[in-house]
Amino acid sequence: MNISPDNIILIQFGVVKISATLLFTWIVMVFLVTGSYLITRYLSSDVEIARGQNLLEILVSGLRSQIRDVSQQEADPFLPFIGTLFIFILTANLLSVIPGFQSPTASLSTTTALAICVFVAVPVFGVGDRGWLDYLKQYTKPTIFMLPFTVLGEFSRTLALAVRLYGNMMSGSVIAAILLGFTPLFFPVVMQLFGLLTGTIQAYIFSILAMVYIASATTAHQQVANKFSRSPNKGGN
Amino acid sequence: MTDSGLIAMVSIFTAGLTIAIGSIGPAFGEARAVAQALSSIAQQPDEAPTITRTLFVGLAMIESTAIYCFVVTMILIFANPFWDHAIQTVGK
Repeated sequence: MNISPDNIILIQFGVVKISATLLFTWIVMVFLVTGSYLITRYLSSDVEIARGQNLLEILVSGLRSQIRDVSQQEADPFLPFIGTLFIFILTANLLSVIPGFQSPTASLSTTTALAICVFVAVPVFGVGDRGWLDYLKQYTKPTIFMLPFTVLGEFSRTLALAVRLYGNMMSGSVIAAILLGFTPLFFPVVMQLFGLLTGTIQAYIFSILAMVYIASATTAHQQVANKFSRSPNKGGN
Repeated sequence: MTDSGLIAMVSIFTAGLTIAIGSIGPAFGEARAVAQALSSIAQQPDEAPTITRTLFVGLAMIESTAIYCFVVTMILIFANPFWDHAIQTVGK
C-alpha cells in the first residue's frame, strides 16, 4: 500500500521522474488557470453578473476580510500570496473526492514545498516592512538568551505546517482505503464527505497560520500591544 | 522467533500504542478548548467570528501532536525502514 503519491512513477526520462504528485499538481494548476481565465474574460460591473464572477468576488472579498481581521493591517500586500496558498490547497483537497484523483497535498513533498514558501515569505515581508535591523532584532526579544529558541521556533513551526496538512490529507485517503476493506459501499462515502469538511478547514488553517506568522513578523511589538488592548473589531463574515 | 517476525511484532504493537496514547492528550485538550469557546460564544455572541477563528487556529495547533503520532504510526506500519532492511537481509 502506498502512503504517498510520490511513489507512483508514471513516466521516467532518465533521472527525471514524473510522479503522480507532479501530474496532479499540474492538473490543479491548469484547472485553476483556465477556470480563472474563462471567468475573468467577461467581467462586468453590471447589476446582473455571471455566476462565475460572483463566485470569484465572494472568494476574493472573503479572503480580504479574513486577512484584514487576522493581521489588523491592509490586506493588499498579503492577498496574492495567502490567496494563492488558500485557493491551491482548497482545490487540491476538494478534488480528492473525484475517483482516481490523488490529491497532491497528500504527499509530504507538496506540503513541504508550501511550508518552505511560508518560511521564506515571513522574512521577506518582515524585512520589507520593518528593515533588516528591526526585523532581526525581534529574534532577541524579550532577552538575548531566547535567541536559540526563537530561531528553533521558526523551523519547528515550518515542519508543523507541512506535517499537519500532509497528515490530515493522507489520513483521509488511508482511512477510506482501509474502510473499503471491511465495510464497503456506504461508510467510505461518509468518510469522503467528512474529508471534504477536513480539506476545507485545513486549507483555511494553513492560510490563516501563514498569515499569523507573516503578521507577527510585520507588526512592531508595541503596535500589537495597542491593537490587542483595544476591543477587537468585528469579524467580516 | 526470526528477526523479521520480531520486527513486525514490535512495529505493530508500537503503532497501536503510539496512536492510542498520542490521541488521548489532544482529545482532552481539544475538548477543553471547544467547551471554553462554546461558553465564550454563549456569553458574547457578538464576538463569535473572532472566537471561532481563534478556536480553529488553536485546534489546529493542538491537533498537530495527534497528527504527528498518526504519521509515526503510518510510517511504522506501511513504510517501516527496519522492516525493509530485514527483508533485504533475508533476501541475500
